[in-house]
Amino acid sequence: MARRFIGATFILLFAATALAATPDPVLEARVAKLTEELRCLVCQNQSIAESQADLATDLKRQVREMLAAGKSDQEIRDYMVERYGDFVLYDPPMKTQTLLLWLGPLLLMLGALGTFFWRLHHRDNRPATAAAPDEAALAHARALLAGKEEQT
Amino acid sequence: MKAKALIPLAIFIALVAFLGIGLTLNPREIPSPLIDKPAPDFALPQLAQSEQQLKLADMQGKVWLLNVWASWCVACREEHPVLLQFARQNVLPIIGLNYKDKRPDALAWLQEGGDPYTLSIVDAEGRVGIDYGVYGVPESFLIDGKGRIRYKVIGPITPEVLEKELLPRIKVLQNA
Repeated sequence: MARRFIGATFILLFAATALAATPDPVLEARVAKLTEELRCLVCQNQSIAESQADLATDLKRQVREMLAAGKSDQEIRDYMVERYGDFVLYDPPMKTQTLLLWLGPLLLMLGALGTFFWRLHHRDNRPATAAAPDEAALAHARALLAGKEEQT
Repeated sequence: MKAKALIPLAIFIALVAFLGIGLTLNPREIPSPLIDKPAPDFALPQLAQSEQQLKLADMQGKVWLLNVWASWCVACREEHPVLLQFARQNVLPIIGLNYKDKRPDALAWLQEGGDPYTLSIVDAEGRVGIDYGVYGVPESFLIDGKGRIRYKVIGPITPEVLEKELLPRIKVLQNA
């Protein structure tokens, strides 16, 4: 009887811990998606989702808590930017300071295309004509050919 | 034709100039968006007397320095003598934010190395740290009498930083 009781207690305990440990899959998916967008400030080429740095763990916890409290993704992004600046976003917003970042590649491509078409337009359009061989050179060539035939 | 031949050289020089500028920048120093903004509010237990709290409002009217430190932080050891020296000059209150540390470790560290802080407050979970945008310890925030963050030092305060960056700003703020 006592053994059965203990067994039941254990099962209940296991069930309780399992329940407590099972995260809400919808919430976890949102946490995962949002932390992918946030840059870890300690190891700057990793997202908060990937990073094992202490701060990244804390920020993941913060994101999870805020989502669980019903905050929207944008509210959380704003919260992070308020504290860490645009740097924390892998997808920084377009504003005057980031204009060059956003338009730079486009400008480079326009420049390259411009140069390409300018050169295409202005290059020498005369067809490449082979210089007509003069008679002496032809005779020399023929002699060489003939000489070669004699040798073989 | 001659001018055209110089184009690659010009591009090369421009590239070298950009890379040269890049070398002088520190990518680990991320400018804080909190400069000139009100310092985030906090109410944290003190390190020495954990039953007592310090709130942001308690510092109202003073120019003060919030220095984020931890006993596990290696660079803090480098900064420590500078802070001790600075504290002796009694220029302004230095409040230590003991960040994600264990209380006994923190107390032992201060006992061993000396305590430059007017007092230290405990942010065991790093939540106030997140509010202040702390991402590497040590960091220091210069806060004015109206409770606004006016300057942030990322990394250890060196004698040079103290002399060139902090002291002039402190003087201006204290005379304001």
